[in-house]
Amino acid sequence: MPGITREEVAHLARLARLELKPEELDHFAGQLDDIIGAVARVSEVADQDVPPTSHPLPLTNVMRADEVRPSLTPEQALSGAPAQEQQRFKVPQILGEE
Amino acid sequence: MTATTTPELLSYEDALATYDPVMGLEVHVELGTKTKMFCGCSTELKQDANSQTCPTCLGLPGALPVVNETGVESAVKIGLALNCSIAEWCRFARKNYFYPDMPKNFQTSQYDEPIAFDGYLDVQLEDGEVFRVEIERAHMEEDTGKSTHVGGATGRIHGAQHSLLDYNRAGIPLIEIVTKPIVGAGERAPEVAKAYVAELREVIRALGVSEARMEQGQMRCDVNLSLMPKGSEKFGTRSETKNVNSLRSVERAARFEIQRHAAVLSSGGSIVQETRHFHEDEGTTTSGRVKEEAEDYRYFPEPDLVPVAPPREWVEQLRAGLPELPLAQRNRLIAEWGISAHDMQSIRNAGAIAPIVATIEAGADAASARKWWMGELARSANEQGVDLAALPITPVQVARVSELVAKGDLNDKLARQVIDGVLKGEGTPDEVVDKRGLKVVSDEGALSAAVDEAIAGNAGIVAKIQSGKVAAAGALVGAVMKATRGQADAARVKELILEKLGVSEG
Repeated sequence: MPGITREEVAHLARLARLELKPEELDHFAGQLDDIIGAVARVSEVADQDVPPTSHPLPLTNVMRADEVRPSLTPEQALSGAPAQEQQRFKVPQILGEE
Repeated sequence: MTATTTPELLSYEDALATYDPVMGLEVHVELGTKTKMFCGCSTELKQDANSQTCPTCLGLPGALPVVNETGVESAVKIGLALNCSIAEWCRFARKNYFYPDMPKNFQTSQYDEPIAFDGYLDVQLEDGEVFRVEIERAHMEEDTGKSTHVGGATGRIHGAQHSLLDYNRAGIPLIEIVTKPIVGAGERAPEVAKAYVAELREVIRALGVSEARMEQGQMRCDVNLSLMPKGSEKFGTRSETKNVNSLRSVERAARFEIQRHAAVLSSGGSIVQETRHFHEDEGTTTSGRVKEEAEDYRYFPEPDLVPVAPPREWVEQLRAGLPELPLAQRNRLIAEWGISAHDMQSIRNAGAIAPIVATIEAGADAASARKWWMGELARSANEQGVDLAALPITPVQVARVSELVAKGDLNDKLARQVIDGVLKGEGTPDEVVDKRGLKVVSDEGALSAAVDEAIAGNAGIVAKIQSGKVAAAGALVGAVMKATRGQADAARVKELILEKLGVSEG
């Protein structure tokens, strides 16, 4: 099991737009290693005859009819927003895109 | 922000002399469902920001998505119309990215298990030639919210202090249709790109799954383009020009990128794999962001949704219910109407096929339906810069005008005035006829008197007619038409003239 490198943690942090200090990179690399190691144990018990599964329920085609249901009011929708302006969610300047 | 220097371009001819273009087209279609893909919020976009959201499309903790059945049905129909195989079993996947246009921090999409795959679409170029575009896949996903960037230059992201988000659009069903690499189109590549998007748009409309209005963002195209040296089979590095929103722009963007790539490659440079933005005004593209790798999206199966497994009987039922597709329809109409492929292309470019077909269905004969839509009405639409379909006249009304002409109540000149009246909002054709007093003079007495007068006043012409030059009667017909302010039936006038002069048509 190859360890998670600092570079991989830095890359993930960039994708998540998180700013990490150098010592945090090492710290999280270790933690991610532990987590992945724990999850990897599943493949030890799963044999060839156990297909990978993404859902515990043996269901397919759970669908709804195309019928309109009431939405939240804009006030309700925005009630959890840390900041708002012009009835819209206000978020900080977006960097590194476009 | 626009410190963008115009990139060097090679002439189109030189570019094509050295390189073969390879294109990949990704088209997003917003479905016309009543509700969003995973929740019951309305898709009827109101101006009122954030008035069509719920815990699911806002990504609030604990909210669970449920798939819209009509969305799946539309996806299957699109897949079938594009000659695709329909997956027996497929899943949704989370496409993770950190950007506030999706409040969940991921877009629910499909990754390695699209609902439709391996198809093709035959597209017709301007000269009638048919080019087959292979389809890689069509998959289901959801649209994002709308961002407005505030501060700095208006609406631009650079220099913005902050951004404002409206999530009314977030979660509206999208179908993304991806072609296989289009090779072998050569210098016609930009034309093929345009023709593909045009054909696809017509297919989508024929299926009734979306209005596919590009100017309203209901259909958007990303143009992937790369060049390889002529004779090579190894694709070059591609650029992806995002959100090209008109047919003309698709063609221009492809052409521009061919010239830009060629200039870079010819001077020994290399193409950066990146997204680019198309600028409608200048017809140019500028660099966007460096493209993330697929693995950066950390796709994984969506645990909140169960797989979709379209039953085979249902798929076959949908297949059997598919409408006639546009290319087949055009070929049929060419034969039925007895027109050339070139004429059909003009009708198609004018957006007149559907109105003409509807006018014929409403009782008009094909020739007059074509004549009105491609003549008077096309001119009017052109002057106003709108689509034919947007004119304030219905096919049923055009059919009524055509009927009045066939009955002899109107002649062509009067009919044009009736159409003018309808377009100006004066009412139905019959109301315009009444209000403007536009009726062919069918009072034989009045007509007879007008003919007598014309005969009396044109002795020279009368002599010619009587000497056998029947064609000269046209001048007398003109005189009568003038005297009756165009409201006479020209054919009947001619008959009367010849009758009175005792001359037969010959």
